[in-house]
Amino acid sequence: MNLDLTDDQAAVDDLFRAFFARECSPAVVRGAERLGFDPVLWARLSETGAHVVAIPEALGGGGGGLFDAVLIAEAAGRHVVPVPIVEHVVVARLVASLGAAVAIEEAVIAAAPMTLALRPAAGTATLVPAGAVAAAVIVWSGERLLLARGDPPMVATPNGAGLPVADRSLDGATVLGDGDSAAQAYAQAVDEWRLLMAAALVGLADAALWMGVGYVQERRQFGVPIGSFQAIQHGLAELPGPISGARLLTRRAAWRRDHDDEVGFRRDASMAFVFATELARTVTSRVIHYYGGYGAMEEYDAQLYYRRARGWPAQLGDPYGEVDHLAGLLYGPV
Amino acid sequence: MDFAIDPATAAFERDVADLLARHLTPQLRERVHHSGTHHDWPLHRAIASAGWLAAALPVDLGGQGRGPEQLAALFRQLELHSAPYDGVANAMMIAFILGHLGTPWQRDAVLAPILAGDAIPCLGYSEPESGSDVAAASTAAVRDGDGWVISGQKMFTSLAEEASWVFMLTRTNTEVAKHRGLTFFLVPMGTAGISVTPVRTLSGKRTNITFYDGVRIEDKWRVGDVDGGWQVMLVALSFERGVAGGVSDIAALYNTMLAYLTDTTDEHGHALLEAPSVRARLARVATDKEIADLLGARAAWAAAAGIPRQEGAEAKLFGTEAYGRAASRLLDVLGPLGLLTADAENAPAGGVIEHAYRYAPILTVAGGTSEIQKNLIAERTLGLPRSR
Repeated sequence: MNLDLTDDQAAVDDLFRAFFARECSPAVVRGAERLGFDPVLWARLSETGAHVVAIPEALGGGGGGLFDAVLIAEAAGRHVVPVPIVEHVVVARLVASLGAAVAIEEAVIAAAPMTLALRPAAGTATLVPAGAVAAAVIVWSGERLLLARGDPPMVATPNGAGLPVADRSLDGATVLGDGDSAAQAYAQAVDEWRLLMAAALVGLADAALWMGVGYVQERRQFGVPIGSFQAIQHGLAELPGPISGARLLTRRAAWRRDHDDEVGFRRDASMAFVFATELARTVTSRVIHYYGGYGAMEEYDAQLYYRRARGWPAQLGDPYGEVDHLAGLLYGPV
Repeated sequence: MDFAIDPATAAFERDVADLLARHLTPQLRERVHHSGTHHDWPLHRAIASAGWLAAALPVDLGGQGRGPEQLAALFRQLELHSAPYDGVANAMMIAFILGHLGTPWQRDAVLAPILAGDAIPCLGYSEPESGSDVAAASTAAVRDGDGWVISGQKMFTSLAEEASWVFMLTRTNTEVAKHRGLTFFLVPMGTAGISVTPVRTLSGKRTNITFYDGVRIEDKWRVGDVDGGWQVMLVALSFERGVAGGVSDIAALYNTMLAYLTDTTDEHGHALLEAPSVRARLARVATDKEIADLLGARAAWAAAAGIPRQEGAEAKLFGTEAYGRAASRLLDVLGPLGLLTADAENAPAGGVIEHAYRYAPILTVAGGTSEIQKNLIAERTLGLPRSR
């Protein structure tokens, strides 16, 4: 066992922590609040190759594995980025695994992001993640895997998390595949979405925790920093352990996928999603509370994290349904 | 990153599991259940014969020199098997301390029989007025010619009924800061003036209050320097570092409940595990179990890598709090059958879940309360000011 990142992994981690810290200030997040997308940030990010980091070099990708994608997603989550890096990475891997040449080319060029609908749909896919901004949407119809191309609406359905969600018509969609293999490829993609979303939530939670730790050392009441009060210290001290545990679980999931342990990967990815969803809520609601009345003011950043902690994972569905999904993986179908 | 357990640790862990499976008979569990004493001599001697009581001791001190990851594997298996291992834990810790700090005489008279599995120590830290504030111990040790006279009272002296010595924290100086006036002694339990009062606890486990009324001992029983007790305590803590106790108890609970819900059917012949609300709660416990397991592995790995910070505190806090949540959730699943204790013939899973709910409160106290862990994490992980 070695829980240190390898030199290569550490290089990816350092690179993208620095990239998002530099390119995605809270002002960028706020500027993209209505659409949930910043095209300049997306262009710069795709220049780094992050959007295709986890597909083979022969296809124009970075030749990395899901582990690299997990590191990037966590770094992105720290800055609540208004770009659909999670969706695009997942779709790039999906079309690469299917050998869909045209779609692969499109994914690599990444002038506009690609995404996937997280629920089966026919006619219209509703509330598609990044549906407002994606040039292509992959949808499972229940029988066939479809690719719906078209100019994105560039208008998000109004939502509380600043997300670029929108409905997308499936008219004129082309068929990428059908049958069991297509169903499995789609299920795999949704599992990878679960994992990368969990990693993003770990980054979000960790950044929110440290934002709160900084604030309670500045804010003074009764003549002392409020961070000197044990009530507040203990509320914060409960959080680093679960954050570290969730981070390890996302990394083990990716490690298992990269080592062809499919069963272990699916379980870990599902658990990581369930746990990180709860964790991000707990951390952001606790931190926003320690900001007192200021936490409710738009000008403070705590609310940016509080809303996204809830909204990001909600794109998949009711968390109870996710626990049910996990139970199916652990105990078999009923 | 590499999440694979290294082959040497995996092989050692299999050896531990095999030995435990051979010795943990229903008769043994029955005996522990009725006596409340979490120690079994045949099991203890078998562990001693394998040399594992000396697992933590460096090779040049006569031990096996196993690193934190293998020690964590040992305790993981003890917890996974719900083994009565209090005597093993005490013996290993005192062996570690005497290996480092013991006099030649103490190594002959105490360390040798401990490592042979012939005798165990008990621990005398807590007092009526000092628990978490352990350095506030007031049991007095006063010079008397060549020896000492000890007077006072210790709480939660578990295994005093089986132990040959109590490893005791005493006050030898009241003129200095509280942690500078402490001295450790190994006091033979047969010494005149010691009395042991049994105390039954919520989980059925037996502990004791021990009283010390003018107990005279020779200076050769002193461990470490006079007024140097806090340094001895730091050696004891370095043994525990990386071995975050209580992180695998939740796995034992989960495995028991999974087996019960899989093997038990309702009146329609369906396994209980098929009910959506049941499997969802079990899956949620499975998730906490994995997080606890990973945090335990991280604590051991950090200690092995020589860079431990507060990983042990974070693992202990999460693992023991998650155990309490799990016990409560799983007891709900059992409905009225969850009331039944191990003594009831039809108690689900032999009453293990009912017992877990009564055991949970002590897990978040023993070995450092959740509040003490949070103080450590707040100060050392988060960099917040000391608040007590």
